[in-house]
Amino acid sequence: MSWVNAVIQGILLGGLYALFACGLSILFGVIRVVNLAHGDFAVLAAYLALFVVTTTHLPALTSVVIVAPLFAVLGYAGQRLIIQKSLDVSPLTTLLVSFGLSVVIQNALLVFASADSHSFDVGGLISASLRITPELSIAYVSLLIFGTAVVVLIGLQLFLSRTAMGREIRAAADDQEAASIAGVDTHHVFGIAAAIAFASVALAGLALGTYSSFDPSAGPPRLIFAFEAVIIGGLGSLWGTLLGGIVLGVAQTIGAQIDPSGGVLAGHLVFLAVLVFRPQGLIRARLAT
Amino acid sequence: MLEIRNLTVRHGYLQAVSNVSLMVSAGETVAIIGANGAGKSTLLRSIIGLHRPSAGSILLDGRDITALPPHARVREGIALVPEGRRLFPSLSVEENLLVGRSSGRPGSWSVERVFQLFPWTGERRREPTVHLSGGELQAVAIGRALMANPRVLLLDELSLGLAPTMVRRIYGVLPELVAGGMAVLLVEQDVAQALRVADRFQCLLEGRTTLEGTPPDATPATIETAYFGPVGRGPGSAA
Repeated sequence: MSWVNAVIQGILLGGLYALFACGLSILFGVIRVVNLAHGDFAVLAAYLALFVVTTTHLPALTSVVIVAPLFAVLGYAGQRLIIQKSLDVSPLTTLLVSFGLSVVIQNALLVFASADSHSFDVGGLISASLRITPELSIAYVSLLIFGTAVVVLIGLQLFLSRTAMGREIRAAADDQEAASIAGVDTHHVFGIAAAIAFASVALAGLALGTYSSFDPSAGPPRLIFAFEAVIIGGLGSLWGTLLGGIVLGVAQTIGAQIDPSGGVLAGHLVFLAVLVFRPQGLIRARLAT
Repeated sequence: MLEIRNLTVRHGYLQAVSNVSLMVSAGETVAIIGANGAGKSTLLRSIIGLHRPSAGSILLDGRDITALPPHARVREGIALVPEGRRLFPSLSVEENLLVGRSSGRPGSWSVERVFQLFPWTGERRREPTVHLSGGELQAVAIGRALMANPRVLLLDELSLGLAPTMVRRIYGVLPELVAGGMAVLLVEQDVAQALRVADRFQCLLEGRTTLEGTPPDATPATIETAYFGPVGRGPGSAA
């Protein structure tokens, strides 16, 4: 039964990783930007939510209605003002800029929020769980995060495949120049894609703060897991990020079942195996098709 | 309608287009001919805004559009069918056409009207473009440009990679377009094809205009000189 438990917990953990990975996948798939500050932005969102909660005394999870739109605006502005400018210089510049942002965010958080670790006070929700058998129970928090990831991915899928803006995003991702001569304002479209990616990273940050604790340096390890989920699932494939997240999550929980300290290592080994035997990822698809 | 004044475009140290002027009026078809590397495609790409000219200006109905980005020029009524078609591989045929409407410019073109214009293309609107033949790809590329309801249509090497019968079919739609008042500026390596459809032509050699006129003026000897430079002077000395 403990093995079944490990698999189920791993699948649910995959939801958290998918939430981290989908923003990374959009930024790479559409704008061709590798955002090394992705994990740090999630942590920044978590701190922002903490700030909102302590100043307004709203319930912890309602802060999402403030933090996610704020991050969407941050994403749009960041794309138009910083990322696009560095993209115009060279793709390598964006890598350096995002690495710089990562360092800046971590140090700013250290200065303004100290190195103490925090987590959200979600009341009784944190310990409540769905009891399936006496040995098997699923925490509502894990279910909530997994559900959020699935809803986000379905929403993104519908947005990209059914709306005019989604079509323009896919066109610009295919061929930016051809999109511009077809009348697409590609800089605006990239801004919208970045806004979506940043709103999703805000959700990932909130999920992180609910699922476990966070401190200013919690970003980079999350970035590694997000990268692994994206690459296991297949670059540029939305559902691939969920599959990749689940594979990584299950590998980690089963690894931890074998040896309590072996979870993270098992995840890395599965990632390496995918890189060696199926470098294109498990799902080879284009955005939203 | 479209006027180019003394346009100069540089690629690094290379001057791809030098001091070229031309005019296309409503309902007129003008062909740019010339050898490989004469600057024909660069000229078209500069008109849509993909290259910034280092000198000269581009006017549409007397309004200077030289500083506008490509999508804004599409909104003003210029559309380009690019060399190599450049369709979006992850989009269906219909979606490719719909992207052409992104500028929001009003007009009468619709997906249905594009399919009416090319009745010989199959009913494949839901299929990805990878299943299409070269002629069908070119038809979709022209359709995508028409969906922007352009007043000026720029055509870059439509005949490239197509069988001669297909080339004639593709060019066969031009009379219907110009009859509606559209201005057409086309670049073509196939000189005979270009002269068949054009009202006027302009020949480029190393980025400069070497000959212009109407197709009856074009004798094989004048075209050859305009194409390759005067006899006894290598193309290098012409620059």
